[in-house]
Amino acid sequence: MITINLAMAVVLAVLYSVGFYLLLQRSLMRILIGIVVLGHGANLLLQLAGGPPARAPVLGTALPEEFADPLPQALALTAIVITFALTTYLLALGYRSWVLTGRDEVQDDVEDRRVAERERPEGSMEEDAEGPDDEEDPGSAAASDRTDEPAEVSGSGAAR
Amino acid sequence: MSTLVTLPVLLPILGAALTVLAARSARTQRLIGIVVLAAVSVVAAVLLVAADRTGPVVAELGGWPAPVGIVLVADRLSALLLLISTVVTLAVLVYAIGQRISDYGRETASTTFHPIFLLLSTGVSLAYLTGDLFSLFVAFEIMLAASYVLITRRTNASRIRSGMTYVIISLTSSLLFLTTIALVYAATGTVNLADLAGRVAALPEGLRTLLSMLTIVTFGIKAAMVPLHFWLPDSYPNAPAPVTALFAGLLTKVGVYALLRTQTLVFPGTGPSAVLLVLAVLTMVVGALGALAQDDLNRLLSFLLVSHIGFMLFGLAVYDARGAAGTALYIVHHITVQATLFLVSGLITRRTGTVSIEAMGGLARRAPVLAVLFAIPALTLAGIPPTSGFVAKLALLQAGATGGAATAVVAGFVVLASLLTLYAMVRVWVRVFWGTEKEPLSDDDPTDELVVGTARASRPMYAATVALVAVSIAIAVAAGPLSAVTEKAGADLMARTPYVEAVLG
Amino acid sequence: MTTREPVPFTQWDEPEGEWTLPGACPVRSNRTLMLEAAARFLFPTVLVFSVYLLIVGHYAPGGGFPGGLVAGLAFVLRYIAGGESEGAEIGSRFVVRPPVLMGLGLLVAVVSALAPVAFGAPVLASAKVTFEIPLVGTVDLVSSLLIDIGVYLLIIGVVLDLLRSLGSGIERDAREAAGEEAGP
Repeated sequence: MITINLAMAVVLAVLYSVGFYLLLQRSLMRILIGIVVLGHGANLLLQLAGGPPARAPVLGTALPEEFADPLPQALALTAIVITFALTTYLLALGYRSWVLTGRDEVQDDVEDRRVAERERPEGSMEEDAEGPDDEEDPGSAAASDRTDEPAEVSGSGAAR
Repeated sequence: MSTLVTLPVLLPILGAALTVLAARSARTQRLIGIVVLAAVSVVAAVLLVAADRTGPVVAELGGWPAPVGIVLVADRLSALLLLISTVVTLAVLVYAIGQRISDYGRETASTTFHPIFLLLSTGVSLAYLTGDLFSLFVAFEIMLAASYVLITRRTNASRIRSGMTYVIISLTSSLLFLTTIALVYAATGTVNLADLAGRVAALPEGLRTLLSMLTIVTFGIKAAMVPLHFWLPDSYPNAPAPVTALFAGLLTKVGVYALLRTQTLVFPGTGPSAVLLVLAVLTMVVGALGALAQDDLNRLLSFLLVSHIGFMLFGLAVYDARGAAGTALYIVHHITVQATLFLVSGLITRRTGTVSIEAMGGLARRAPVLAVLFAIPALTLAGIPPTSGFVAKLALLQAGATGGAATAVVAGFVVLASLLTLYAMVRVWVRVFWGTEKEPLSDDDPTDELVVGTARASRPMYAATVALVAVSIAIAVAAGPLSAVTEKAGADLMARTPYVEAVLG
Repeated sequence: MTTREPVPFTQWDEPEGEWTLPGACPVRSNRTLMLEAAARFLFPTVLVFSVYLLIVGHYAPGGGFPGGLVAGLAFVLRYIAGGESEGAEIGSRFVVRPPVLMGLGLLVAVVSALAPVAFGAPVLASAKVTFEIPLVGTVDLVSSLLIDIGVYLLIIGVVLDLLRSLGSGIERDAREAAGEEAGP
């Protein structure tokens, strides 16, 4: 079993927590950076799984017992390439989303809310319509979407 | 024989390369795609027979023996799933070709669709055949990267959000998978599944549980297990019908397969797993109840897909040879029927110009063929005898009844979820096929591939759907020999030795 | 003998003709002489270096992937200096479309993975050929170089496709958007 030193453990903890924190944001750019940071964390962990630093595993340059474990390096290399490629794809997708919708946010699912509205009893719907709680939170995207939601819903309803 | 095992992986890549080069000729592209997938189906059938007669077929890539080298293994389970997946992929490709012909004309070639479709098939094949954890990661990435392209192709403003959700969730689960691999390697010094089977047993119990739970979460996201399912009903309905059918048929099932493989081979338990039983119940019930609330036909089917993932989890959770056999049989049945339902939903949508169940009605009179095509898979999914769904559910219920008190209780939930499925299907039937006839809605947005209310559906689309319905009937007819294979596959999974010995020699 | 017209002092640093440019730069004012001249000299050098990386890959750091990326970077440099990219421009006349490179690369890689089967060896097996070349010395050629060549082509194709779709494509979108705003 391989153990790692404290400094690396701290670095990993920071990378993972920053990555997951950013993933939970609403802005697409932050999510993307979150994925990148998380990917760095995972790749670093993979690299560390090979044990402490040692000589390059090339035959003839050192004794076999001095070699570092080459397998995690190969795995990390592959994983880095894959994460890099998918990050690029996500970036392109983010750009496309920005072109199409003009927003850098992951939005609510319209159909989800339509189903919620549909199934809600009559009384609670009226209550909700006059309830100002949503407007009080300017940070929530649900609130900012609120105004154009009826248009979106009817639009999608007609399209279906 | 060992070369054959590599073909399901290499042939689709070869096909992808050729279809990229043949970007100018739509006819050539179609031909390559169909020939490649048909060839892979034949190879898979041969592998299944070989694995059934002589035990797992192993290919050592580059001649390097395991655990040093990368191995591809086709045992009964993987060969069977490979066969059914490839057949379904082929049918979906034919449907997609038909749809492309009716939407864009016979001569429109694409540099992306065919290559990406074949690459997805590569990823699925590799995921079934691979003998090590890291290649499984690579297989998932190939498969998911291809699916990202398919789900966001020709996307528009209203659909890009769901594509985005899908990509981000999948990426997150992939990174979790990578983390799991790193921890497994740090703990054992190997990523070869057969080698891990021996080495993980020597680890302290806490560490073993941690690694096991990490794989459950990782593959649980990919398999859409409640409470990690929320992305699926949001994203799948927003892709064109053939793409949704392919995803619903294959991608989640590959997650279930990975779960089945790792939980039996690497992290074997001793009796019914309480965690998995609870997750199975949640998945079955939440999925089925979610389906009842939906108005969008595709979302309804997506929720049912989630619900039926619970059935497969249940077979795994029972944790004996019968349970594993039931899961294997259920996967085979469900891959076929779920893909068929989404294809039929695509045909219905083309007829009515809407995905809203409320806006449809009286379709049985206008389109009787469609009604039959919907009714058969719908009854199959609900598990009415004598369909393949009944056979598969019976296998699961038997496993539950003999597994102990806890599994017997959960088997009750299997019946409940089946009834809810039946209810959801009857509801769709009554609203869509009976009732007053409603005029089809016009096609507001011609650029949107999702809803084409033109009723134009070419013959290949119907042919593919009919073929899949025939496959699911064939599964019911051949239930005897099929369950003989799955029972042996389940026994292999629990015994572990056939796989380990075949790989490590 | 033709006499040239005197060039005004303010235009001395403007490049003459298309000597430095691989493609036509859409916006004249965005050009930088330094980068264009450097790209002109660096481009072939970097390409040769990428081929070196490709060949030494079996025994030393390098291989198809790094080689392809380095070659891709050469094209990136040319794109930054010259704008517009539609593919690998060879002599700015003959353009190889990126999908062709990708398809070819994939094809070469898969075929060379399957080729050992024809000689009775397992898939992806490799063989080594050693021979003497006068003045150069002993040369080892490994059959897995073919896979590396496939990867090399594939990566160049991917980089070029990125340049085409995310580089020129976005520029074109931006130009069209700007044109629309400026128009009626």
